[in-house]
Amino acid sequence: REPPPGTEAYIPQRFPDNRIVSSKYTFWNFVPKNLFEQFRRIANFYFLIIFLVQLIIDTPTSPVTSGLPLLFVITVTAIKQGYEDWLRHKADNAMNQCPVHFIQHGKLVRKQSRKLRVGDIVMVKEDETFPCDLIFLSSSRGDGTCFVTTASLDGESSHKTYYAVQDTKAFHNEQEIDALHATIECEQPQPDLYKFVGRINVYHERNEPTARPLGSENLLLRGATLKNTEKIFGVAIYTGMETKMALNYQAKSQKRSAVENKALINTVLKYVWQSEPFRDEPWYNQKTEPERKRNLFLRAFTDFLAFMVLFNYIIPVSMYVTVEMQKFLGSYFLTWDEEMFDEDTGEGPLVNTSDLNEELGQIEYVFTDKTGTLTENNMEFVECCIEGHVYVPHVICNGQILHDCTEDLFFRALCLCHTVQVKDDDSVDGLKKNQLSRRSCIYISSSPDEVALVEGIQRYVLGYTYLRLKDNFMEILNRENNIEKFELLEVLSFDSVRRRMSVIVRSSTGDIFLFCKGADSSIFPRVKEGKIDQIRSRVERNAVEGLRTLCVAYKKLTAEEYSNAQKLLQNAKLALQDREKKLAEVYEKIERDFILLGATAVEDRLQEKAADTIEALQKAGIKVWVLTGDKMETAAATCYACKLFRRNTQILELTTKKIEEQSLHDVLFDLSKTVLRHNGSLTRDTFSGLSTDMQDYGLIIDGAALSLIMKPRQDGSSGNYRELFLEICRNCSAVLCCRMAPLQKAQIVKLIKLSKEHPITLAIGDGANDVSMILEAHVGIIGKEGRQAARNSDYAIPKFKHLKKMLLVHGHFYYVRISELVQYFFYKNVCFIFPQFLYQFFCGFSQQTLYDTAYLTLYNISFTSLPILLYGLMEQHVSADTLKREPSLYRDVAKNALLRWRAFIYWTFLGVFDAVVFFFGAYFLFDNTIVTSNGQMFGNWTFGTLVFTVLVFTVTLKLALDTHYWTWINHFMIWGSLVFYIIFSLLWGGIIWPFLNYQRMYYVFMQMLSSGPAWLGIILLITVSLLPDVLKKVLSNYFIPMLCLLQNHTY
Amino acid sequence: MAVNYSVKEEADGHPSGGVGVPGGGAVKTRKPDNTAFKQQRLPAWQPILTAGTVLPAFFIIGLIFIPIGIGIFVTSNNIREYEIDYTGTEPSSPCNKCLNVSWDSTTPCTCTINFTLEHSFESNVFMYYGLSNFYQNHRRYVKSRDDSQLNGDNSSLLNPSKECEPYRINEDKPIAPCGAIANSMFNDTLELYRIDNDTRIPITLIKKGIAWWTDKNVKFRNPTGDGNNLTALFQGTTKPVNWPKPVYMLDSEPDNNGFINEDFIVWMRTAALPTFRKLYRLIERKNNLQPTLQAGKYSLDIAYNYPVHSFDGRKRMILSTISWMGGKNPFLGIAYITVGSICFFLGVVLLIIHHKYGNRNTSADIPN
Repeated sequence: REPPPGTEAYIPQRFPDNRIVSSKYTFWNFVPKNLFEQFRRIANFYFLIIFLVQLIIDTPTSPVTSGLPLLFVITVTAIKQGYEDWLRHKADNAMNQCPVHFIQHGKLVRKQSRKLRVGDIVMVKEDETFPCDLIFLSSSRGDGTCFVTTASLDGESSHKTYYAVQDTKAFHNEQEIDALHATIECEQPQPDLYKFVGRINVYHERNEPTARPLGSENLLLRGATLKNTEKIFGVAIYTGMETKMALNYQAKSQKRSAVENKALINTVLKYVWQSEPFRDEPWYNQKTEPERKRNLFLRAFTDFLAFMVLFNYIIPVSMYVTVEMQKFLGSYFLTWDEEMFDEDTGEGPLVNTSDLNEELGQIEYVFTDKTGTLTENNMEFVECCIEGHVYVPHVICNGQILHDCTEDLFFRALCLCHTVQVKDDDSVDGLKKNQLSRRSCIYISSSPDEVALVEGIQRYVLGYTYLRLKDNFMEILNRENNIEKFELLEVLSFDSVRRRMSVIVRSSTGDIFLFCKGADSSIFPRVKEGKIDQIRSRVERNAVEGLRTLCVAYKKLTAEEYSNAQKLLQNAKLALQDREKKLAEVYEKIERDFILLGATAVEDRLQEKAADTIEALQKAGIKVWVLTGDKMETAAATCYACKLFRRNTQILELTTKKIEEQSLHDVLFDLSKTVLRHNGSLTRDTFSGLSTDMQDYGLIIDGAALSLIMKPRQDGSSGNYRELFLEICRNCSAVLCCRMAPLQKAQIVKLIKLSKEHPITLAIGDGANDVSMILEAHVGIIGKEGRQAARNSDYAIPKFKHLKKMLLVHGHFYYVRISELVQYFFYKNVCFIFPQFLYQFFCGFSQQTLYDTAYLTLYNISFTSLPILLYGLMEQHVSADTLKREPSLYRDVAKNALLRWRAFIYWTFLGVFDAVVFFFGAYFLFDNTIVTSNGQMFGNWTFGTLVFTVLVFTVTLKLALDTHYWTWINHFMIWGSLVFYIIFSLLWGGIIWPFLNYQRMYYVFMQMLSSGPAWLGIILLITVSLLPDVLKKVLSNYFIPMLCLLQNHTY
Repeated sequence: MAVNYSVKEEADGHPSGGVGVPGGGAVKTRKPDNTAFKQQRLPAWQPILTAGTVLPAFFIIGLIFIPIGIGIFVTSNNIREYEIDYTGTEPSSPCNKCLNVSWDSTTPCTCTINFTLEHSFESNVFMYYGLSNFYQNHRRYVKSRDDSQLNGDNSSLLNPSKECEPYRINEDKPIAPCGAIANSMFNDTLELYRIDNDTRIPITLIKKGIAWWTDKNVKFRNPTGDGNNLTALFQGTTKPVNWPKPVYMLDSEPDNNGFINEDFIVWMRTAALPTFRKLYRLIERKNNLQPTLQAGKYSLDIAYNYPVHSFDGRKRMILSTISWMGGKNPFLGIAYITVGSICFFLGVVLLIIHHKYGNRNTSADIPN
């Protein structure tokens, strides 16, 4: 819209149209862009280089051998990405073309969503999704509010209230809206869903323009859905790719798995060997002229490249494909798991990144949130304490309540000091109905505590029912069934730093009250009178029982005080910069000198089987840390309840209180001494075998102490405390961190992650405050409630108890499978390439290949790839039930046990041994002797085919030996691969292939099979190659008792 | 490699507006199927390698391999084989004079070597020539051929593959057969005589049946065209540089001439190792009363054309009988006996281990 006269310095800006483009490619740029993206990956680029080398210089293998697999990989990936992009295109189109109601010249017009421009006024009806980010102008509800669910944005299904701009909320129809004349200033688009700073200037015909602050409560986000409100009007402010939803599409950085890295490092430079000078041309084998003219250096270089091409199969392209497929397909087993499906919510586990599957089997630290993760986040009002008198619900019901004005005030405070909305009865859909209440209504709030309180008051305290908020008047039904009206003047909303919220209301008598409700630690320092001591002791007792406590306080404001406060608030809210900071300062000024009313206690039940899960995790050798914002006593009680701390656990405290008594330095040293002394004696004990029961330690630390530890010291010796702290933590079986700010949670995770053992960490949480910690950890898991930006997590599970199966069973399986897959791939390619290497000594180092091109190409693609892929998907060396029953089996695979150097050396040794057996077996069979019964001779291709046949059979049978879980699919794949190899060989040698310029394999395979010694040789060589592995397996059963192998006997 | 699920997530992760309000229908579709496959509960055979299961296998392998090995070993020992080196590097050798023969020499160098067979060769005898230190498996050599040309393709005949360089074109004419392999074809002529009371009785050497049947009849074909006159069919090509005569004059018999000459085919199958032998001639047993080659004196006439001295090579002539398992090869028999014995031995060791540790193992506590 045109800037109205009088606005200075309006800089015309180009706004994007409202098209959402989440797709990466267009039809035209797909091929080049996709190729570019793919070749940016180091592995693909490496294979591209190999391929180019083969094209340019004269190499032993034709470019086809590496080009075909590369093409295959690239094509498969491109098709997959193309398909995904096509789906995105379709989704985009659907979104861009959905009709939107615009206001144009006072009339309602329907247009496609993508034609929306900044400044357009849009009408949205109930249950419609907002087409772009809108400034909320007015709604059909008289009070200028509307309810919105942002489930598709951040997963929080609760209804949130948004407020229309004060000056425009009166406009109710198209014409009125169209007459509006205003400008909006706002910040540049940014992805934070919960932050918005702006200002609206409304120009009236004659008057001065009025400026109003705009905050996130005025901003309706694209993707959110309008609920419970007939229609609203809004003005488009961010469109298209500038909407907050689109900005949040940005892909997060890939987390890379440790196994993959290791495989790359281990295998990358296997060919550190030099090409020896080969005999120059004998008369029978002369070089061409250009070859002769090349200088020595160039020749050496091309020779080197040729050797590189010959041996590049050690790291086959197909390994990446197979690993990727294994991870991708394997993750489906997680989502398919019936036991991890939650009937109540109708949701199963979600896998957002399959790259990290095997890390699930490597977890050493689990960081869990308490509320909502360990506990149900389903609050129940338990008791309240007014002025030191304790009331439990049924007692209140019995009416044994002293009629006292403080009490009335207390209940009024509870009824007024909240941000709960009332859902009308007619639109009840599935939410539980409050049968006890006189008027059935449903309370909705983003905080379950508040609902519990308001509901509890309504249900148990005869009287006091919160009815609704109407035209800024809060209506409550009091004891005498009279409706009391309070004008809501200000809401000082809750935030996790202040840990309290306040409302300022004006009663019908004109008194202005400020009611405040918050955590005890944030209320007590601000209280100037009231029965603090009694209430404090009660609060502490409740906290020990694991109840969530809130303190309620109030103060009476004089009209003058109120107007001051209001001015301050208004100024702070109007600020375009640092608005949060300024608001916090103002809140700090207003919320003081309270009179304490009482405290409430709300119970948050433990999730089912939380204790069982934690116990299992601890048995599995995983350290469980609870990170919570709750106060110490409550958190500790929960920890006892869920068996994180046991009765015999010695609790070490590292809290602010303790640090006040001693210096941080002393506390830390004392603790470490305790822990380490014990540890010393422990090792002695285990040696002497006297004591088997372990004294375990639990550490409790709070946010303040943590920040002291993390703070670098002035004298430069920073990091010292951290080390000490880490040392203590390492020796504790459980750690509880309470009073944590969200960022501190992430700090803790980072601290552990970067400690010197580089343990794999897992963070699990359910809310917005856990996101930073989840992003920091190696594996992030999100619980059921409020999947704030679910894409931030790597996995999502419905309930905490599912973590047990996820780690102990799926994680274990994934890890065992992938480690076998990686090592087996390495092994089979050593077997494949090492004979090739040996052959160079017998062919004058001329880079002659031992195998035919088709075999070289197909070895990793089809002859040996499917059985291992299937193994990677199906293998269960121990049954899932056993793994669940015996969490200690998890220790078997901990700390990358299966990919250590010892295992790697064993596989390499086995590979080299087998390769030597293949090659020299064939060598002695063929050397200067006749192996046919008709006296005819075999050539080099028969030799290679013999080695290859033995090779294919051996590596496949080796896998068969490793398979512990033979389903029909395994049988089909393993034997099918061998049959396929035979059929392929028969076919490949069976006809003269047209369009091929060589026919070297013609009848080679059949001729070989017609020879008796070849058969005998094949059988002998396979037996010899498999012998050491069988022997190792049998002997390790006796001498290296791995737990899971022992478990096998107890099936 | 990044596997991004974002699409899937959008497709079924957030059915818009349905979150938090679990509708009955939605639950049913999202609940995973309770199939054995999806729940990873497929019925499976779970074999465990323990001494108990492996022991019998070891004994059985031992018991099977040892007799086989003995059988092979005996068979191999019964095979008669006689080998003479006629390179002529030693001054005393009759072929010493021919040692430095070259390709261009016009006069053939011939030499005769006399030898005595101690034992008679009873069944069919196969005559081989053997070369040592000859890298037929060199990469540049192996690929230096044109299979289409050899298969009788007329266009390849006149325009051979580039792989044949530098033996592709000579004096502006395509070489047939082109390439280094063909060019270096073995061209010594060996003739065998039995000396019976100072008379040299020539022994019939059969030159057919020495190449693979499929090579002779399918893989190698003469060019096709009007008539059967090979000279005309090879019109426009030239002989390989080192050859004294063109390919259509290799033999007098039409079905053994040109590309389907068996000596040529045998040579074209490149050997796997630098020391190799190739089938040269067959000596068929005449009747059941007499051995094919009686014990006694023989002489070998050699038309020495093939120079090997320059690359330190050796040339041999081998006479061998053949059994069902080919020629003399002690390796296979010994290997079988060895592996069989090792298996048997391991079986015994495992038996002891099984008895000593087996009981302890099953009663072992699972350490926590």
